[in-house]
Amino acid sequence: MFERIRVMLMKEFLELKRDPWAIFRLVAPLVIQLFIYGYAATFTVNHVSTVVLDLDHSQASRDLVSHFPATGRFEIVDNVTDQRQLNRDIDTGTAVAGIIIHAEFERRLLNGQTAPLEVVVDGTNSNTALIALGYVSQIVTVFQADYANALRASSGAAPGTVSVSLQERPWFNAGLEDRWFFIPGVIGTLALMQVVSLTAFAVVREREMGTLEQIMVSPISRVEFILGKTVPFFIIGLVDVALVTGLGAVWFHVPFVGSPFVLLFGSSLFLLAAIGLGLLLSTASRTQQQAFALNFFLVNPFFILSGFAFPISAMPEALQWFTFINPLRYFIVILRAVFLKGVGFAVLWPDFLGLALLASIMLGVSVLRFQKSLD
Amino acid sequence: MNGVPPAVQARGLTKRFGEFIAVDALDLEIAKGEVVGFIGPNGAGKSTTIRMLCGLLRPSAGTAIVAGYDIVREPETVRAHIGYMSQKFSLYGDLTVAENLRFFGGLYRVPRAELKERMAFAVTMAGLTGREDALVRTLAGGWKQRLALGCAILHRPPVLFLDEPTSGVEPEARRRFWDLIHSLAADGVTILVSTHYMDEAEYCNRIALIAAGHLIAIGSPGELKRRDLGGALVELESPQPGAALAALHGAPGVVEAAIFGDRLHVLLAPGTDAAALAPLLAAHGLTATPPKPIIPSLEDVFVRLVSRKPAPEAA
Repeated sequence: MFERIRVMLMKEFLELKRDPWAIFRLVAPLVIQLFIYGYAATFTVNHVSTVVLDLDHSQASRDLVSHFPATGRFEIVDNVTDQRQLNRDIDTGTAVAGIIIHAEFERRLLNGQTAPLEVVVDGTNSNTALIALGYVSQIVTVFQADYANALRASSGAAPGTVSVSLQERPWFNAGLEDRWFFIPGVIGTLALMQVVSLTAFAVVREREMGTLEQIMVSPISRVEFILGKTVPFFIIGLVDVALVTGLGAVWFHVPFVGSPFVLLFGSSLFLLAAIGLGLLLSTASRTQQQAFALNFFLVNPFFILSGFAFPISAMPEALQWFTFINPLRYFIVILRAVFLKGVGFAVLWPDFLGLALLASIMLGVSVLRFQKSLD
Repeated sequence: MNGVPPAVQARGLTKRFGEFIAVDALDLEIAKGEVVGFIGPNGAGKSTTIRMLCGLLRPSAGTAIVAGYDIVREPETVRAHIGYMSQKFSLYGDLTVAENLRFFGGLYRVPRAELKERMAFAVTMAGLTGREDALVRTLAGGWKQRLALGCAILHRPPVLFLDEPTSGVEPEARRRFWDLIHSLAADGVTILVSTHYMDEAEYCNRIALIAAGHLIAIGSPGELKRRDLGGALVELESPQPGAALAALHGAPGVVEAAIFGDRLHVLLAPGTDAAALAPLLAAHGLTATPPKPIIPSLEDVFVRLVSRKPAPEAA
């Protein structure tokens, strides 16, 4: 048994060694994608281009407007004098947000009446719009408080109203850095894409070259063949995870507070599931094009239904069930927990169990489906 | 033959792909040390039969004993006792000659002590001495072909299946390859080799003609050429071969007519005079050279036998 696995492994590594692009193909996509995610993937909304229509021209209205750029969240790109100009700015995309202060703003404030402030946002990017509106309400709250204090100070009245101040304390990611959220997830996503496609293509390529037929006509067993064919990708997958974890921690300063052993164990189970998936793809594909199409078709749903970017709890229930057969779902939980929370098996055992079940089902089915015959 | 069990013995071997019957109840017996040529057009069922005998395809019905083992019940044991080579010369292009040999040697668990010697033999046989470290993808077709044969016989299989091993290789390399086949047969290896080159059929001890999944005839090249035609064969040339063929088909006294290159081969019914052909063609406004009697080639026999289906028993 070991002799056959040994020569299979030798052959795989020799082929890899002879391929001058192998290192590039294995490493570059990972590193490039890690850097793209590290730098570009962010939910933070900064420098929202804003147009202001101030119809009040009062001290209070100018004071309010000055609160906006002060936070760095908004950037006033235009001051206009009528609604039509403001609409045009939004339509052309010159501005994403519009602030309209109606006449009588200051007078109503001084009279203790409600002074309406109108905010228009471009909702084509619903996420940005929602976040920008959140910032607006924060700014208005601050303005209100400042204005009330200033009024009281000038009138010499005693503090009257009671205000509640909210103390936000996000655990595990005190600065709410998006990068800390994304990079652990990127590790799983990249490893999945890399290992599934490498495994599927490697088997299908042998089928296309005819060498698979030549191997099947030998007395090698299915398990020997599958081990010889997949162990290299398991090793490559572990190196991938280590590389991206290292870069994430060292370059992007994502804290790694958990145990490397827990990560290694989780990665191993995850890679077994990914290899099983790749083998399943290879048994369903005659040509590399078919494998490519299948891979392409699968990767996006796996990505979206993983909790990587979109919370699973917000998905319709039917789709939530689908996430249970997605190895990435479990691995992303493990990755984030190991990186940021530092918890171990005591907490993560359901995810380890899920991964272990998926890995054994996928590998088992692929071994059964992989027949040593052509029909 | 002398009490030695046949190396290959197929009984009612059948392969269906859905509705399509690729191989239909094929019976075949090959004696030890024999070289049997499998001849037939593309899609006749040659590869399917060979793949069933190798255990690469499961028969839909029937079975076969190969090297003493049942292909349905003991496929893994069969695999250990056969060598197989396909027209793709399935080698690893990014591995060297020696690395390919070592890989296949390991796959068949050739003992380490013997591997070196057997590798040296395969390298010599392929004519690759001194090029053991060359990457296989840099080799020309003929060398790849002989190396693929070398890889297929590293474990000294008693039975060898070669599926169109000479396709796409230049004639000189083909001739050398057949020399190798005969030297292996001289050592007692049984070889079933498929080809669609009719000239190669002459190199075989026996020929199995296969068409549309049926074994039509089997025998030595000499036997096949002597029997079966049942009439005189003449050859003639016509400037309008297509029209002449149409005129001759079904004409009285003509059993069979076929185009061979730029000539027509006409099989006459017994008692028919070849001189009757010229007026027959003239009646259609066609001209032809005077018919001359020829000795049938295997191809003539093949055309005749295929057209006689579906009543092969009548032969």
